[in-house]
Amino acid sequence: MVTDVRIETRDVNFFYGNQKALNDINIRIGKNKVTALIGPSGCGKSTFLRTLNRMNELIPNTRLEGLILLDGKDIYRREEDIVELRRKVGMVFQKPNPFPKSIFENIAYGLRVNGIRDRNYIADRVEASLKGAVLWKEVKDQLHKNALALSGGQQQRLCIARALAVEPEVILMDEPASALDPTATLKIEELIQELKKKYTVVIVTHNMQQAARVSDFTAFFMLGEMVEYNETSVIFTKPQKKITEEYITGRFG
Amino acid sequence: MKSVIIEKLGFVLLFGCIIITLFFLGSIMYLIFSQGLRVINWEFLTAEPYSGMTKGGVAPAIVGTLYLTLGSIIISLPLGVACAIYLCEYSRGGWIVNIIRMSINNLAGVPSVVFGLFGFAFFVHYLKFGVSILSGSLTLAILVLPGIISATQEALLAVPQSFREASFALGATQWKTIRKIVLPTSLPGILTGAILSIGRVAGETAPILFTACTFYMRGYPTSPFSKCMALPYHIYALMTEGTHPHEHTQIAYGCAVLLLLLVLVISSVAIIIRQKSRRGYGY
Repeated sequence: MVTDVRIETRDVNFFYGNQKALNDINIRIGKNKVTALIGPSGCGKSTFLRTLNRMNELIPNTRLEGLILLDGKDIYRREEDIVELRRKVGMVFQKPNPFPKSIFENIAYGLRVNGIRDRNYIADRVEASLKGAVLWKEVKDQLHKNALALSGGQQQRLCIARALAVEPEVILMDEPASALDPTATLKIEELIQELKKKYTVVIVTHNMQQAARVSDFTAFFMLGEMVEYNETSVIFTKPQKKITEEYITGRFG
Repeated sequence: MKSVIIEKLGFVLLFGCIIITLFFLGSIMYLIFSQGLRVINWEFLTAEPYSGMTKGGVAPAIVGTLYLTLGSIIISLPLGVACAIYLCEYSRGGWIVNIIRMSINNLAGVPSVVFGLFGFAFFVHYLKFGVSILSGSLTLAILVLPGIISATQEALLAVPQSFREASFALGATQWKTIRKIVLPTSLPGILTGAILSIGRVAGETAPILFTACTFYMRGYPTSPFSKCMALPYHIYALMTEGTHPHEHTQIAYGCAVLLLLLVLVISSVAIIIRQKSRRGYGY
């Protein structure tokens, strides 16, 4: 099981108003591993992902109970610097969402809002991030082109590059390939394999094959509960619970 | 067969409506320009009126309208945008915010002469600004405030939530997100609101009737506390004066042409800015 723990949650419950969306989630997410969260729509996997960088706080009338520890520290404690937390825990969204700015400015944005003004450093980080997201070769001659002119797959890799620019430790991905065609999806999956060398990756996916291909660990969510969590190879070959097996063999969901 | 006839009939009806609208628009333009252009010459634009308003130009009225329009936009645009930002980005909803929204919408329906009376009571008398450009600008500013707030709110709501999320996820604070992502993206919409407001402000008569304007003055306003002449008020004054109906009507048409051109010039500046900032925002 997980040895080198980066994120640990203890009895996490989450509420939208009075409706409970997560029920006693306990998970230990390993450092430099890819952890996939799978489950049918509305099972709480995206909600759980968004508790890890406190993104759910943008939604009014929500409440969290329990503990979420990043490197042993409670990220919901009063004195936690939420800006610093979100820098450390980057996020890539379901739909590519580049800003209506140039490619360069999209990536420089995260650095600038974190108070970095050194032009050379910013230029270096932009290049390194684009290389990290395997996009550099395609865009190096058009850095000042509007990012919205890129293809969907390129836009999503740009969003990954944008997340990498601020040097996060953890990258959360919310169905990052669901809006992309198969070729672009493959590129993202290869990229995820690259990313885990430096980062801890947590990915929500609807696509079982994708979870099997890219992840080291898989958590199966259902109705707000984490039903089963184990090494991906175990989950997909000999799951402990019948319902997990039914889901991964496609009998429902 | 029957449906084909109905189809044709519908088309003719809708097209007819367009023709009627264009007819009135065209008539207005034709009337104003054919009557008004005759009196417009260099003297009309640059000289002060004399001989009981029958000779000379309307320069002080042009200047006055410029001052009032710019003054009111300078006051109302930042204030309105700030209010809209608070309502859309910071407030967490709830009944208080709903009441505020409702009040703003109702404010937009208040007749302009009521704003004029309020301006007269509050700015002119209570705050002792007197009948002045300042009082007039403030009155016009609160008149267009609801329009600017709702236009800005719509522009802010049109910014995809995903932009905000992406910005927050990178560690940006709310203010940085607003300043660097939300406002630049919504600028075209905000400017559209501003353009409409400029047109409204430049043409309003009732709010400045008792707060800023005078029928005739010597020279030009020298400070925000000066009275001023203004084009719409000048038209009103000329048409109700009744001493030299023929000459006065001619000059009034001339003023109408100038008023239209003035709005066009001020608006086109905003339109150019809008086009520039809109370029490439194909989200």
